[in-house]
Amino acid sequence: MSSVLYDVPGPKARRVSLIGSVIGIILIAAVVAVAVMTLAQQGIFESQRWAIFSQADVWNLIANGIGATLSAAAVAAVIAFPLGLLLCLMRISDIAWIRVPTRIVLEFLRGMPVVLMMLFVLLVFATSSFIAVVAGLVLYNSAIFAEIIRAGIQSLPKGQREAGLAIGLTSFQSRLTIELPQAIRRMLPSLVAQLVVLLKDTSLGYIVAYGELLRAVQVMADFLGPQYLFPVFFVAAAIYIAINLAVSRLAIWIEKRGSKKAAGGTAHVPVAGTAPAK
Amino acid sequence: MKAFLTRRKSLLVAASAALALSLSACGGSSSTSNPPVAEKPSFAADSTMAKLSSAGKITIGTKFDQPLFGQKGLDGKPVGFDVEIGKLLAAKLGIPADKIEWVETVSANREQFIKQGKVDLIVATYTISDKRKTEVDFAGPYYEAGQALMVNKDNSSITKPEDVKGKKVCSVTGSTPASTIVEKYGAVLVPAATYSACLEPLRNKQVEAVTTDNVILAGFVNKEPDAFKLASDETFTKEPYGIGLKKDDKVFRSWINDQLEAFDKDGSYKKAWEATAGAVIKTAPKLPAIDRY
Amino acid sequence: MDVIIESLPQYWDGFLRTLFLAVVSGIIALVFGTLLAAARVSPIAALRGFSMAYVEVVRNTPLTIAFFFAAVVLPRLGVTFEQFEIAAIIALSAYTAAFIAEAVRSGVNSVPVGQAEAARSIGMKFGQVLSLIILPQALRTVIPPLINILIALVKNSSVAGAFYVLELFGYGKQLANDHGDAVMWVLVGVAFFYLLITVPLGYLANVVERKVAIAR
Repeated sequence: MSSVLYDVPGPKARRVSLIGSVIGIILIAAVVAVAVMTLAQQGIFESQRWAIFSQADVWNLIANGIGATLSAAAVAAVIAFPLGLLLCLMRISDIAWIRVPTRIVLEFLRGMPVVLMMLFVLLVFATSSFIAVVAGLVLYNSAIFAEIIRAGIQSLPKGQREAGLAIGLTSFQSRLTIELPQAIRRMLPSLVAQLVVLLKDTSLGYIVAYGELLRAVQVMADFLGPQYLFPVFFVAAAIYIAINLAVSRLAIWIEKRGSKKAAGGTAHVPVAGTAPAK
Repeated sequence: MKAFLTRRKSLLVAASAALALSLSACGGSSSTSNPPVAEKPSFAADSTMAKLSSAGKITIGTKFDQPLFGQKGLDGKPVGFDVEIGKLLAAKLGIPADKIEWVETVSANREQFIKQGKVDLIVATYTISDKRKTEVDFAGPYYEAGQALMVNKDNSSITKPEDVKGKKVCSVTGSTPASTIVEKYGAVLVPAATYSACLEPLRNKQVEAVTTDNVILAGFVNKEPDAFKLASDETFTKEPYGIGLKKDDKVFRSWINDQLEAFDKDGSYKKAWEATAGAVIKTAPKLPAIDRY
Repeated sequence: MDVIIESLPQYWDGFLRTLFLAVVSGIIALVFGTLLAAARVSPIAALRGFSMAYVEVVRNTPLTIAFFFAAVVLPRLGVTFEQFEIAAIIALSAYTAAFIAEAVRSGVNSVPVGQAEAARSIGMKFGQVLSLIILPQALRTVIPPLINILIALVKNSSVAGAFYVLELFGYGKQLANDHGDAVMWVLVGVAFFYLLITVPLGYLANVVERKVAIAR
């Protein structure tokens, strides 16, 4: 590991670093051990508390919770993305009476807690909890998607738009056919990262009693008894983190793949004077 | 290998035994009672009863997180006293228990669900109040609860609601008991998402008491009698639970009221109680006087 | 409408508590997040590993789980608080720090390599390179994303309402129950007070963004 920030460590620095690392790892391990032991003393790891996981019904409920989490996230993402595109186009429109109100709406949506939007939809429009959760997620995330794509469009070289206009495309056509596709590809990692946020935010559905994973295990722990709260919660947390990590990994994979493609792409376009010698 | 197998087996047995134990501790939740269904009951044409009866199914709103009254079981179906009342009523309409669609209603959306016809009935620890009566109709009451306080077993300083002035009391955000304890008795509210979420802070002595309807607290005390107790057996509010239905459906309302009285007479009211909340709260309730307004 | 004016004291109390949570957690998260980012580029492998693992796990954990750990699991470990605000601040700052670390790290990456090389060539050590040359330049470009993270923090503090802290959103729910006939206005009032914090922050982000863009 070499970095521009510091010299390649010599033998002494390596030794110091190694000793520091070992001490650090021991410290962290000690903290974790104390925590685990404290919990164990309270009987949280007794096998009977975990035996509930041998029940098919328990896994059924957990599966239902995962299903509820994923379906709300999926529906919200499918609606929020096109809506975000639309909001983005309106936000950068040439027409002031479209642009300005959109900007205010975006500012508003970005500044409101998602739980508040969910509760508002549930109470004021008297919807089911599923619709309230999806609506809350859509309202917030479409605004964020719009902002991300806008940032992508602004990061494009000016020449892209100018070239589009020069060949006679209207402003809107240039946005739609030239700038948007590039912006989306460029911002794909950010968009997927936002997808993880959306997925995580389904857990805010407790506010409207939506039966997503966390609430499913909460209701289950209420039913089984308080001694099962920690086991079911640890399992739910592990499942949540696993799902999100998987989606995040996907983001990293896309990022790598994208950059490879981009790098490969430029190699085929020799810029004047820098053509690789053969 | 064999020893391992038997050990595993015995572990499984122990596991299911523990589970069975915990299930029975939840107050007869194992009872999936099916009250006898009325055969071809006849109702005045155009009445809500006739419509539901001929449709052969009914949608009932209840809570999924209220121990003893309406709580989602491991099989995904709610169990509790409210659920039993719902089943009894459905049976009188000629609808078997498996044709009831149970919808989760939370305190915040009950009136709207009735108004919009998303549910036919709501049996969900639903306190009858004049304010709510302007939006929906209530049959019953079928039970009268009251607000109470739950404290740690070793706490003797709180015995009445006046004792919590200036002290931290946990309750659910946006619930009526929370408003009452703050506005009437000057407690400092510590809000939680569910009543069960109040147990940990109470156990850790971060709050002095938990407050809500006595029947809910009794469920908690029953599960952990060594940790918690009710501050007093007296309640300081009256919470008559009614059955919510669409406003101005007077025929349906008085039919339900008639049925409630009939349940009381033929003993099915008592049976429903004993199968659910009765496992925890030993004093069987008397059906309160029906409020035929 | 009347309900908002009638309940102004409650709104105000909730608003102040939300502001308090956001400001304190924001400061802690900024410091902790910057340290995490520094650890991420440091020569010591264990620090790099810790920072990477922390950011990866926390960013993929729902906020409600973070709150559960701070407010329910920590007391079980013997860390009890008199004030529930402390649990909320721990959860919010631990959660937000991971996002700040990521933002600062990408800012560090955006500083031209020559800057670090020049600093090193005049004999600066890692700590000096980072604190005197890289971070000041990086912070300027990361200010807009940092402000966005702080806006998210303000909104995220609403989750504290379900974890024993009576803040703006908690009051909102309470008022909504007390005024069942004016739910919409109650919630509009809550929204107004959130926007009172988040809109100026968003405006600030835009201004800084423009300033930074011109400076380059």
